[in-house]
Amino acid sequence: MAAPERDSLTGYHTTGHEWDGIKELNTPIPHWWVTVFLGSCLVAVLYMWLYPSFATTTGIFKGRLGWTSHGQLAEEMVQARAAQAGWRSLLTDTPLEQVEANADLRRFAIAGGRAAFNENCAPCHGVGAGGQIGQFPALVDDDWLWGGSLADIRQTVRYGIRSGHDETRQSLMPAFGEMLSAGEIDSIAAYVLTLSDPSAAASRARLPGAELYAANCAACHGAAGEGSRDMGAPRLNDAIWLYGGTRDAIRHQIANPRMGVMPAFAGKLDDDTIRMLALYVHSLGGGER
Amino acid sequence: MATNAENPTGHAIIERSTTLLFVLTLLVVLIGGLVEIVPLFKLETTVQPVPGMRPYSPLEQIGRNVYTREGCYTCHSQQIRPFRDEVERYGHYSVAAESMYDHPFLWGSKRTGPDLARVGSKYSNAWHLAHMEDPRSVVPVSIMPAYAFLKDRDIDVEGFGAHMRALRAVGVPYSPDMIAQVAADIRAQASGEDAEGLLARYPKARLGDFDGQPGRITEMDALIAYLQVLGTLAEFPAGRVTGSGQP
Repeated sequence: MAAPERDSLTGYHTTGHEWDGIKELNTPIPHWWVTVFLGSCLVAVLYMWLYPSFATTTGIFKGRLGWTSHGQLAEEMVQARAAQAGWRSLLTDTPLEQVEANADLRRFAIAGGRAAFNENCAPCHGVGAGGQIGQFPALVDDDWLWGGSLADIRQTVRYGIRSGHDETRQSLMPAFGEMLSAGEIDSIAAYVLTLSDPSAAASRARLPGAELYAANCAACHGAAGEGSRDMGAPRLNDAIWLYGGTRDAIRHQIANPRMGVMPAFAGKLDDDTIRMLALYVHSLGGGER
Repeated sequence: MATNAENPTGHAIIERSTTLLFVLTLLVVLIGGLVEIVPLFKLETTVQPVPGMRPYSPLEQIGRNVYTREGCYTCHSQQIRPFRDEVERYGHYSVAAESMYDHPFLWGSKRTGPDLARVGSKYSNAWHLAHMEDPRSVVPVSIMPAYAFLKDRDIDVEGFGAHMRALRAVGVPYSPDMIAQVAADIRAQASGEDAEGLLARYPKARLGDFDGQPGRITEMDALIAYLQVLGTLAEFPAGRVTGSGQP
């Protein structure tokens, strides 16, 4: 056939298709589009050459630049640590008890401790460290199960409580439900409740639970219910109850005790971070000298 | 390019010949397929071994099935990417070997909740139980649904060997001994008693009555056992350390 038909209105060729007198224009692709397309192809080839891009039968093509995401991460970590290096090494070299004396160092440690606390500790102890009644102890008061000094807190964070770690804090309250009668357990519960009640100071010794308490409980919880941090035995003569302060709850705790578990963070968090955590928790209100 | 019916040129030739179009399409698809498939035949270069990995214990695998069934992966990823913000928060980035026994893998693609690749032994069993029963009781801002009903669903202790045989067929190295001991291993892990055999077969398995219901082995036991092992098996030279400067 002759040369392709040109549309007189637009000046473009037609495709040669025709339906009832309507013809299809064969509008060419704009030059700018073709240029961008070819440019993109070129960039893609360049990119494949520079970066790890395709698999081969023996491994992967590593790219001219030798870039890896792991390598970039390692570099970023080194830079981030270098930016903190002064404070970090100062924190490492300063005994925990003396950090408070350096206001700037303390600010650095508390900020790091707060970040680590919110990620690792807050799910149980709460964002404000208020704890969960019936589950997880508050860290903002001065009632400590295993001690509230900086060294104590650091030890707890490192190795946990009943965590299975070799160095863990460990203790076991026997289930008295298998040793004592329900009546005996009830009278101990009644006696334990009076320990935190100053108005019962004179009369409590005459309660039927007094003797039972002395025989069964005092060895760990103390004659006056003052508790023992060596064994993580809670104080019973304050009004703070982790698992409930009703007579029923105490009865239940004597018969079939619940004992909290805290994971060990040694091996998960580095030593600096654990020191920061200890300083942060210590600063929340209940820290002891 | 102008063409006409009598003398087609260029693309018009392909468009007007079904056979040619089919052959050329097949050729293009084959190239794409080869590029994607060939590396899979060389998988050993992709999955670099990491010491410490082992197949899941039966109870953990049951928990994994619960995790899959409940669609946990739609909100939780199990893949820590090699970025500083993720490594600082979650620990060492995930490596391929850590999901070498996963069928299917549960990397996920979206984080409505946090990544769980290393959630194992980060929280206590009691926390997991409280969190499953009522997520708001421990995380006030959580939007996770409650899964308290898992405590009421007993698991089929005796019948799980078939599932392990199926996993063995797709490459998980369960030994005949492991499959024979399946019921004993499930009971040992969910009670913490007579666990020597279990720990020899599945080192580092977490033991205990996870769901707070002694004498009963439920899907809650299994799910918590699974969550508690996540990310705890692989041993990295620098340990699972966050903020160490050596990811």
